[in-house]
Amino acid sequence: MNNLNERGHSRRKWINRIMLGLSGTATAITILILALILGYTLVRGISYVNLNMLTQAAKPMGQTGGGMRNEIFGTLILVLLGSVIALPIGLLSGIFLAEFASPKVAATIRFTADILAGVPSIVVGVFVYAIMVMPMHSYSALSAGVALAIIMVPVVARTAEESLRLVPTSMREAALALGITRWRAVIGVVIPGAMTGIVTGIMLGVARIAGETAPLLFTALGSQFGVQGLSKPIGSLSLMIYHYALSPYPADQQKAWAGAFLLVLLVLVISIVVRWVSNRKHV
Amino acid sequence: MEEKINGMIQTMAKENNQNKACIEHPEDTKGILEVQNLNAWYGKTLAIKNISMSIPSKAIMAIIGPSGCGKSTFIRCLNRMHEVSHGGRVEGCIMLDGKDIYARDADPVVIRRRIGMVFQKPAPFPTMTVFDNVAAGLKLTQFWSRRWELEEVVERSLRQAALWDEVKDKLHQSGASLSGGQQQRLCIARAIAVQPEIILLDEPCSALDPASTLKIEDLMRNLVTQYSIVIVTHNMQQAARVSDMAGFFLADQDRAGILIQYGQTSQLFTNPKDKRTEDYITGRFG
Amino acid sequence: MAMKRKEQETTSPTGAKSWKFGRRSGFSDKIFSNLTLVFTLIMVGILVALVFVLAKDAMPAITKFGFSFFTGRIWNPVKDIYGALPAIYGTLLSSLIGLIIAVPISLGAAIFLVELAPKWLTGPASFIIEMLAAIPSVIIGLWGLYVLVPVVRSPIEKWLGSHLGSLPFFQGPPFGVGFLAAGLLLAIMIIPIITAVTRDAMKAVPNEQREAMFALGATRWETIDKAVLPYCRTGIVGAIILGLGRALGETMAVTMVIGNSYKLTASLFSPGATIASTIANQFGEATTGVYTGSLIELALILFGVTLIVNIVARTLVWRMTSVKAAKE
Repeated sequence: MNNLNERGHSRRKWINRIMLGLSGTATAITILILALILGYTLVRGISYVNLNMLTQAAKPMGQTGGGMRNEIFGTLILVLLGSVIALPIGLLSGIFLAEFASPKVAATIRFTADILAGVPSIVVGVFVYAIMVMPMHSYSALSAGVALAIIMVPVVARTAEESLRLVPTSMREAALALGITRWRAVIGVVIPGAMTGIVTGIMLGVARIAGETAPLLFTALGSQFGVQGLSKPIGSLSLMIYHYALSPYPADQQKAWAGAFLLVLLVLVISIVVRWVSNRKHV
Repeated sequence: MEEKINGMIQTMAKENNQNKACIEHPEDTKGILEVQNLNAWYGKTLAIKNISMSIPSKAIMAIIGPSGCGKSTFIRCLNRMHEVSHGGRVEGCIMLDGKDIYARDADPVVIRRRIGMVFQKPAPFPTMTVFDNVAAGLKLTQFWSRRWELEEVVERSLRQAALWDEVKDKLHQSGASLSGGQQQRLCIARAIAVQPEIILLDEPCSALDPASTLKIEDLMRNLVTQYSIVIVTHNMQQAARVSDMAGFFLADQDRAGILIQYGQTSQLFTNPKDKRTEDYITGRFG
Repeated sequence: MAMKRKEQETTSPTGAKSWKFGRRSGFSDKIFSNLTLVFTLIMVGILVALVFVLAKDAMPAITKFGFSFFTGRIWNPVKDIYGALPAIYGTLLSSLIGLIIAVPISLGAAIFLVELAPKWLTGPASFIIEMLAAIPSVIIGLWGLYVLVPVVRSPIEKWLGSHLGSLPFFQGPPFGVGFLAAGLLLAIMIIPIITAVTRDAMKAVPNEQREAMFALGATRWETIDKAVLPYCRTGIVGAIILGLGRALGETMAVTMVIGNSYKLTASLFSPGATIASTIANQFGEATTGVYTGSLIELALILFGVTLIVNIVARTLVWRMTSVKAAKE
């Protein structure tokens, strides 16, 4: 220790301690916030949760009781619809980027995908409204599915591309050296080798669109009735939470919490599974 | 005589749609692969220069030389894998059964079926079982394959690769669960399952322990009764042990690989005509 | 599906089997690569179509208001007159508040995770922070409305009003809903992404830099402050800008707590509006071409702003990663 400069040294030590303490505090704050949000959702939502919630249709606004069966179905259907549209586009784009594109072309397209990923979801909703809802003169599940698909495509494309790139060249060459065509090598060897990453990418995309509300506002519109068909409006858990949250009736607010509980549960489960799967791969 | 040869050249050029003529040798000196004036580039860099040699049928040909002199590049040209690498380009002729594999109408996929390859680092497909690995060449080209046909092929290939006894109870475990030496023999089994005529091995033992290396060397002597083998090795003792013929490569002043000489292994090792070969073999460099 | 045998057997003079050298397998490869190209072009086409459609449908408003759309303050559907300034202001103000709150917390958390946390803690802690990012916006809005807003109303705004009330930012009655609440929610939502990207940037700093500082007798904090952070400051700035981009486009949570009052005011306590909240609230009601067109023009503005911000952010982050790659 430098005795000549002890006062300066202890001041530095103090600054060190304070700053490091602050950084730990910052982390604690973040974790605390998450705990608060999840905690409140859990506590306020779980008291309402029972079997009725899953099996009954909703009652009119303001009344107690009733379930959210149609909204749950709605979320599932919209996610399915969005995935069915997004997967071919996203996966094939990812394959193109990883296997066939020249470096310059790949960089441009990757850039485009990143831009698409950064478009605010409400802007996507407005776009789909303009190209589908207006000409069709009707809100529809299909247009909502398209909006969700637009949000999901870049997520799937980028994770698929990165997973495919991680497959070692030696595997590709070993496959080609057997005398099989390029496309069979990609489908039979390279894609299976990247499957974990591709699947986690899809799951991340699903978790993302399951919780989306803004793009549904002017495409699906929301509906208290059951699923009426692809060309009719449809409800979803996220839309339901939004409408009930803004309702003045406590009974509705209670249902909003219950719906939030379900939705958060879904998203959390998917996130945990994704994490578990990717950790398993790296071990 | 000259007009006859010229006439042959013209016809062959027309048949093969090429500017250069690929000359077919008279039958008695024909090896299974005739390499003529082979040049290969990575981008703008010339990697091998003007290689001409004859690969013998049903024999083991070793390609030896110090590292960095184009041996791997050369062998990858033999089954048209070089062009798969980024910036890979080839000029010259390689005649298989009288036809140039680099002709414009030649299909690399068919060629790689006939000329198989085993790489330096064992590369079993990790997402497939041992069984599926061996059957991969067949399963990936035919959507239907009767189960018993596949089982026959897999067993035969594994036996030929001297691996059957070790893995017959493990056929449905992952291909990556085997040891290094076993993985390499698995790759050999996979390559021979599609019944090629020629097997290329690019330093197959350099990542393996001595015991596995000897097993593979024995294996090669058994395989050579059915297949023609070309092996790249930087291990001279291995070349001396295993091969019937050998070709010695060296890098010239432009760092491009050239073929110094090739011939019977015994002759190359005991009485090399070129001083550079002699220096390499006696360990003066490399 | 049985595949036809592509090859035909012939016998050559040597008697060996030889397959005819056909070129037919190249054909199937072409089909496959073209198929992937087509779908990739679809993805690109979506983006292009988005820009064109928005521009086209915003035309009624663009032609009617021109540049005054950006400076007008009145949003009056009855008179069909629309000005975007309060919405733009609200978007920028709420995002700014969010950034100011989020950046110190994110940086602190990133520093802790990279430099200080024991190995067993980094995994779970990072996971928890990622989970925060996964929570849907509408749920954060719900929580914000019923848990945060009452707290903002009192004690937060009361305290700020009584102690810093001389500043115009903290004047006015404590509604609870308003810019401050929206800013807080935005902060919560962008902390994960700023933390994650900053973490990556800090991890990219080679250890030799830290060791050199330590060898000079620096404290832990001094090492971070003088060696690590300056080295990756490009990446950190990129992270912050990415967070900004995210905040600008955020809709649901903000709409639920901003109070929806279309005016320009300096007070953070006041209710306001953002571009996203205006669109969300009114899109369903828009009747005339000019009304819809104005809302679509708002969407176009939002798209343009987030586009520029995201491009800047990605360029900075990309530069950081390519510098790292170049040095390796």
